[in-house]
Amino acid sequence: MGTVEVPELTSQPKTTATKRMTGAEAMVRILLEENVDMAFGYPGGAIMPVYDALYDHQDTIHHVLARHEQGAIHMAQGYARANGKVGVCLATSGPGATNLITGIADAQIDSTPLVCITGQVNSSLLGSDAFQECDVLGISMPVTKWNYQITRAEEIPQALAKAFYLARTGRPGPVVIDITKDAQFEEFDFAYQKCTSLRSYTPKPKLDLSKVEEAAELINNAERPYVLFGQGVLLANAEKEFKQFIEKTGIPSAWTIMGLSALETDHPLNVGMLGMHGNYGPNLLTNECDILIAIGMRFDDRVTGNLSTYARQAKVIHLEIDPAEIDKNVSADVPVLGDAKESLTELIKHVKPNSHEEWLQRFRDCDKEEWDKVIEEELHPTTDVLSMGEVIRIINKKTNDDHILVTDVGQHQMVACRYTNFSRSKSNITSGGLGTMGFGLPAGIGAALGAPDRTVIAVVGDGGFQMTMQELATIYQTKAKVKVLLLNNEFLGMVRQWQQLFFEKRYSSTELINPDFQQLAKGFYIPTKKVTERENLDKAIEEFINYDGAYFLEVMVGKENNVFPMVPSGSGVAEIRLE
Amino acid sequence: MQSELQEFTITAYTENHVGLLHRLTIIFTKRKINIESLTTSESETEGIHRFTIAVTETEEQVIKVVKQIEKQVEVLKADYYTKKEVVQQELALYKISTKSLTNGLEVERIVREHNARFLTIEKHFVVIEKSGFRRETMALFDELKPFGINEFVRSGRIAVSRERDGIGKDVEKILAEAAL
Ligand SMILES: Cc1ncc(C[n+]2csc(CCOP(=O)(O)OP(=O)(O)O)c2C)c(N)n1
Repeated sequence: MGTVEVPELTSQPKTTATKRMTGAEAMVRILLEENVDMAFGYPGGAIMPVYDALYDHQDTIHHVLARHEQGAIHMAQGYARANGKVGVCLATSGPGATNLITGIADAQIDSTPLVCITGQVNSSLLGSDAFQECDVLGISMPVTKWNYQITRAEEIPQALAKAFYLARTGRPGPVVIDITKDAQFEEFDFAYQKCTSLRSYTPKPKLDLSKVEEAAELINNAERPYVLFGQGVLLANAEKEFKQFIEKTGIPSAWTIMGLSALETDHPLNVGMLGMHGNYGPNLLTNECDILIAIGMRFDDRVTGNLSTYARQAKVIHLEIDPAEIDKNVSADVPVLGDAKESLTELIKHVKPNSHEEWLQRFRDCDKEEWDKVIEEELHPTTDVLSMGEVIRIINKKTNDDHILVTDVGQHQMVACRYTNFSRSKSNITSGGLGTMGFGLPAGIGAALGAPDRTVIAVVGDGGFQMTMQELATIYQTKAKVKVLLLNNEFLGMVRQWQQLFFEKRYSSTELINPDFQQLAKGFYIPTKKVTERENLDKAIEEFINYDGAYFLEVMVGKENNVFPMVPSGSGVAEIRLE
Repeated sequence: MQSELQEFTITAYTENHVGLLHRLTIIFTKRKINIESLTTSESETEGIHRFTIAVTETEEQVIKVVKQIEKQVEVLKADYYTKKEVVQQELALYKISTKSLTNGLEVERIVREHNARFLTIEKHFVVIEKSGFRRETMALFDELKPFGINEFVRSGRIAVSRERDGIGKDVEKILAEAAL
């Protein structure tokens, strides 16, 4: 491979003049034109020309070398969600590409904008079971918003322009571009134009004002209206409009785990979390409201529980960008299709100022009951055993509610999301839809690199941490200032909890005989501490937060603590258990 | 809305894109819906393809599937129809031995009565063509069976809607807007 000549980049965003170059060089030029300043990946034979081209652009595109492609893609996800830009991920053919699949599926279900570029064997070898050949298009099709295979260099500009456009517009999602090695080497006349529309694709449905008026009419006449908000509010950057809407109408509002942080925690109308491990009032009172206003959320079964008993009494208004979500799980009496920001802006004009003091009081009463039966003990345990909740409580105190919380999957995820205080939007990054263990650490690294001015805390369990813990090396190499909080209960806690409650305490393969995590972190040159006693917790967390750089804090928590409340799987939301 | 199983025809107007067929069938596989037949062809609009997919499902499920189809980037428009809402047709070919013709006029009579026709008569075999509903093509099958059918094939369902302006009109509108 000869050295690639690098002509000066034009400062105009649209390059109409053509320049002769290789496909690989063109790809890197396109990344620059699409404002990509960071990419996550792992090299290998079939993607080497692109890596070679990246070598000449190291000062403009920072490539983060993960230690596993799954790590790379979760980093790209964390980066995208903390920074708002499209996450870019590179991998080689075959195993490199298949290692991305979990992250692609995660990004698809959680609507995260990603462009994944995978190398592919030479086009002449396609279909021959060549070394490291794998049908990436076929494998990734069910879990991508769009995908495309490039076999000739001349296809690159249009395919990548489409990829970036589709990843970030409408309901965002992951896109895979598979490119054969010969197309990367091939020279062609390069010109680039960004994609701004496609005739077969409608990113935002046109808002139907009559539906907005119908919704407003219902809201204006409601006695017990109730708002459920999801990630759609964050993706549409509609936090301000959302707040104006609920403040004008005085409607109590509960969040899905993906909507968390769109409204500050201590807002008087923020009544808490929905779903299986959500708060008591938000679940119970779903079945008492008269109007249910769902905003940018998709009625996931973890939120609704048993659908046949879910909010049967309520008229449902559904503000949603994706037509396929309307009536998918819960049928909408008034669907309002559109971007949440546009829909809310219109809706605000048509709703009357109101307050629902008595109705809001119902939430407060439930909250009181939950405090007495669950929260008080979780945040201020009366036993010697440390609880996950008290760790989160101290973190809130030390960060002034201003950090980005990244979580893995399990009990610690539920506890961290339930008890973290948020004062700023776009501060919660979690694997909500797919529930991917191993997500937390790499996503935390991506978030720290994507939002370098924020404190990023990745809360992980001892199970999930061990799925991607090799990324500690990426922390060392990139100096990402991620703070890793390991809540160690020496169990696959969430599964153990189910075994305790629903499988007669038969702890089948959930106990973890763990390695020495302190030695491990030391081996990766990351400052580390372990806390086993309550008296050391406050100071350790203070040091953890204030340390300028990555830090690994392990806290030994109660082995058999449970997360409550809980809507048992298959039950209705009103069957929520406090103990 | 009907929640019992019914025959539906799903129609989608799409861009001509490699892999789209796979993308659309995934929508069915994911929900464990059996595709009874699937036909792709040109549509009345140049460059636009048309998928015709036959399923037996509940209307509820079909509505969801159609929305998922329309959500795919390269799909311009999709819709679904009940049996009554379409004019539909299938095509069947029957290959039988030429000898069966030489023993009297029986086969010719059957072919005529069924409104079928001989597509070709070769030295060793003849091919009979019949279009119609499944029960019609099957009725001919049953009558030809005693003469020995060497090969039989039936195409997927093709159908046009009974609406004055089917979704083809919507597609035209989308294309006209995009061309502006
Ligand atoms: C990749 C993957 N495998 C399995 C599961 C099932 N699962 C959900 S939570 C959980 C236990 C997590 O244990 P740990 O990471 O220790 O966290 P804890 O629940 O103890 O806080 C398991 C196994 C999953 N979500 N993801």
